[in-house]
Amino acid sequence: MNDSIEKRVELRAPVSRVWRALTDYREFGEWFCVKLDGPFVPGEVSRGQITYPGYEHIRWEAVVQKMEPERLFSFTWPHPKSFEKGDDLPDYSKEPSTLVEFRLEKTATGTLLILTESGFDKLPADRRLEAFRRNDGGWTEQMKNIESYVTPKP
Amino acid sequence: MSLRSRSGVVEKRPARARVFAALGDSTRLSLVAKLCDRKPYSISRLTRGSKLTRQAITKHLRVLESAGLVHSIRAGRESHYEFDPEPIAGIRQYLDSVSEQWDQALSRLKSFVEDCRHQ
Repeated sequence: MNDSIEKRVELRAPVSRVWRALTDYREFGEWFCVKLDGPFVPGEVSRGQITYPGYEHIRWEAVVQKMEPERLFSFTWPHPKSFEKGDDLPDYSKEPSTLVEFRLEKTATGTLLILTESGFDKLPADRRLEAFRRNDGGWTEQMKNIESYVTPKP
Repeated sequence: MSLRSRSGVVEKRPARARVFAALGDSTRLSLVAKLCDRKPYSISRLTRGSKLTRQAITKHLRVLESAGLVHSIRAGRESHYEFDPEPIAGIRQYLDSVSEQWDQALSRLKSFVEDCRHQ
């Protein structure tokens, strides 16, 4: 059974441009919707605050793993049980983590970005998502709004 | 870190790892495939057509049971086993939601790096 996620996206931008968007903490924050405290440093914890409307109460925390220029950027991050407002903040250091990897490959038209997230087999079985569908259906919808907002008009 | 809310479901063990481990074996996977029609099967019936002994099949069923993938029902002197799809559905649903969030984030990244205003 597959316990990882893989996405491949063709980007019409040079590898160096994509690398900057991924690893410059301010640029990463722009598209990921997070305000990070400082630059990414391998082996160190990256902290910040989600800036997506309605989710500003959620903290960002990840441990930067690898930064191989223009090839690989990776970090681990926790999958806490709850992000509900009013709940106690999860202790991120104790939550099970997954590994997120961004790999870049040069193509004729720009860059192939391969994203993988793995390690879901370490998560407890109770992280199920009936409630996600019920309560967070609006999240997906809002993401689409933002997408159309930032996409350049022809 | 995906955005999602408390499930409201009482914390359920076993861990996801156990579900993946239970399914990572060809004998157990074929047992699940048989049990998928949601009918209760006796151990004798599950052993029929298999090269494995009744004891071996029983051992595999116990592994599936401990992962919450099957449960046994007493039927007279024999145990019957029934498939419980919930652990598999839970994992798939979770992966789907994380996957969906990545689609959205990567689509924002795409707009970001392809937009000339950000060069």
